[in-house]
Amino acid sequence: MPISESDVRHVAMLARLALSDEQVTQLTEELGAILGHIDELQHLDLADVQPTAHPLDMTNVMRPDEVRPGLTREDALANAPQTEDGAFVVPPIVGGGDDA
Amino acid sequence: MIDLNTLTAREVRDRVVAGDVSAREVAEAAFGRIEAVDASVHAFLELTPEIAYEAAGRIDAAVAAGEPVGPLAGVPVALKDNMNLVGTHTTAGSKILGPYRSVYDCTAARRLLDAGGMLVGKCNLDEFAFGSSTENSAYGPTHNPWDLSRVPGGSSGGSAAAVSAGMAAIALGSDTGGSIRQPGALTGTVALKPTYGRVSRYGVIAFGSSLDQIGPFGKSVEDCALALEAIAGKDPLDATSAAEPVRSYAAGLGEGVEGLRVGIVSDLLDVEGCAPEVRAAFYAAAETFASLGAEVGEVRLPTARHGLAAYYIIGPAEASSNLARFDGIRYGHRAADATDVLDLYTRSRAEGFGPETIRRVMLGTYALSAGYYDAYYGQAQKARTRIIDDYRAAFEHFDVLITPTAPSVAFKLGEKADDPYAMYLSDVYTIPVNLAGVCAVSVPCALDEASGLPIGLQITGDYFDEATILRAAAAIEAERALDLTPPLVTELLDAQAAEAGMAAQRDAALRAEG
Repeated sequence: MPISESDVRHVAMLARLALSDEQVTQLTEELGAILGHIDELQHLDLADVQPTAHPLDMTNVMRPDEVRPGLTREDALANAPQTEDGAFVVPPIVGGGDDA
Repeated sequence: MIDLNTLTAREVRDRVVAGDVSAREVAEAAFGRIEAVDASVHAFLELTPEIAYEAAGRIDAAVAAGEPVGPLAGVPVALKDNMNLVGTHTTAGSKILGPYRSVYDCTAARRLLDAGGMLVGKCNLDEFAFGSSTENSAYGPTHNPWDLSRVPGGSSGGSAAAVSAGMAAIALGSDTGGSIRQPGALTGTVALKPTYGRVSRYGVIAFGSSLDQIGPFGKSVEDCALALEAIAGKDPLDATSAAEPVRSYAAGLGEGVEGLRVGIVSDLLDVEGCAPEVRAAFYAAAETFASLGAEVGEVRLPTARHGLAAYYIIGPAEASSNLARFDGIRYGHRAADATDVLDLYTRSRAEGFGPETIRRVMLGTYALSAGYYDAYYGQAQKARTRIIDDYRAAFEHFDVLITPTAPSVAFKLGEKADDPYAMYLSDVYTIPVNLAGVCAVSVPCALDEASGLPIGLQITGDYFDEATILRAAAAIEAERALDLTPPLVTELLDAQAAEAGMAAQRDAALRAEG
């Protein structure tokens, strides 16, 4: 399955990456080459095989629902690029701009 | 006086416990070695003398008071810089986490230090552990102590180089597709990837959550066994950590391989690009097993050869999901003057991530996207089931399986930098092990005659059977008795000896005059 530049732009938006035109061109070529190698999987007959998401046979690991100390607010905010009044600062999510 | 940096972790601990040497002297020696060689090697991204000397003080006080100390008391240790520890930076080799300071501890790291390890520093890695050469670090590559023009392997290349060059006796790495074992092979160190779930992954920056596992590098098999005993076991903070009891991995190492059923994975040896010297060293190791009384036979893992393809879907898919957390809001690089939140996300990430990280995030997002999910991710997950079936069938007839660890000796810096897939092939023998979740160790089995560079043997074992692969590795280690001191260190020791000799002559001359 070849990958096109418009596929790469679409995937970049899904991955939240602002790529330059140059990066798009280069990634189209590189991802195409990698996918070419990976395509061997399409030739395996795996129709009746169950998929594996996790290598160990474990389900529903339970623990007691107890309150225990977690990160303090100070620690949680310690590495944030911008904080205000004990909260993370984010740009406008709806609308945008100063007049939103 | 012996250079303390040449000792194994076990030897250091024994001397510290006996009071023959203080933990402080051991720490000073380690920092002295780092000072002497790390400008050339660049194994470390951060040194932590405060943490090391604080530990040394506690250990020396305990020894003096006759109080019990940990099984790794006074051992200089290092961590891959994707493991959190309060009081250190944790960059994952990425610009996006440049100023990040840990606010909590990685469980395995904490356990290593609680066992008496003295942290000397945090080690270089390929960005987010994406790579097989440590060239993808945003902070510059690590050089192989055996030949500074060559890579140490990756992604845990800094950890491997630190142990190889005697800057730490034990270092932890993380292994998603070979990132402990392949650098172990390329630097002549013993390198263990435990069974998935054997060691808690809490506090390591996640790459592929169904594949990642933390494990040790050591100068000896015994050191890796001791380190595993210290870090293994259930952790309430990682639901995938296994409740399986932790065994005394160091106890049975000398028991030999008489009657051990050793399977040569014959079909994996046919894959493209296995160097003749690696193949020769591998078959010589198989013969050694036979000469020591093991029952050596051949086994096939028919789907394992497709492991590389399955891995380069599953690994990037999980990584693209895990790396969604780097958004410029809670931590890490934030793009300036963002107009809205989408602009903030997309520019912060594109500015903060390096080329291989962008490649993997793109590949993984593509494989998970609508219309391609079944063809790529679904198919890879089914291939993974088949690979697990291959291993289960093999372990009905064999106790351990053997392959080379890596298809070549250490390659030159830049040699594979322009061809991502050629780099991916470095992990062709190690990747199927992660997909199955079983355990494997790389042990040095030869030095290449032409280049003098080390070659590793990979010994794979069944789920939670680390004791058996370590015992098999110990047999090869004892039989080969290789001198695994890299030339860089030999030169340093020779220079130190010459200096000591000159000083002794001077003293003798002065005495004669007097």
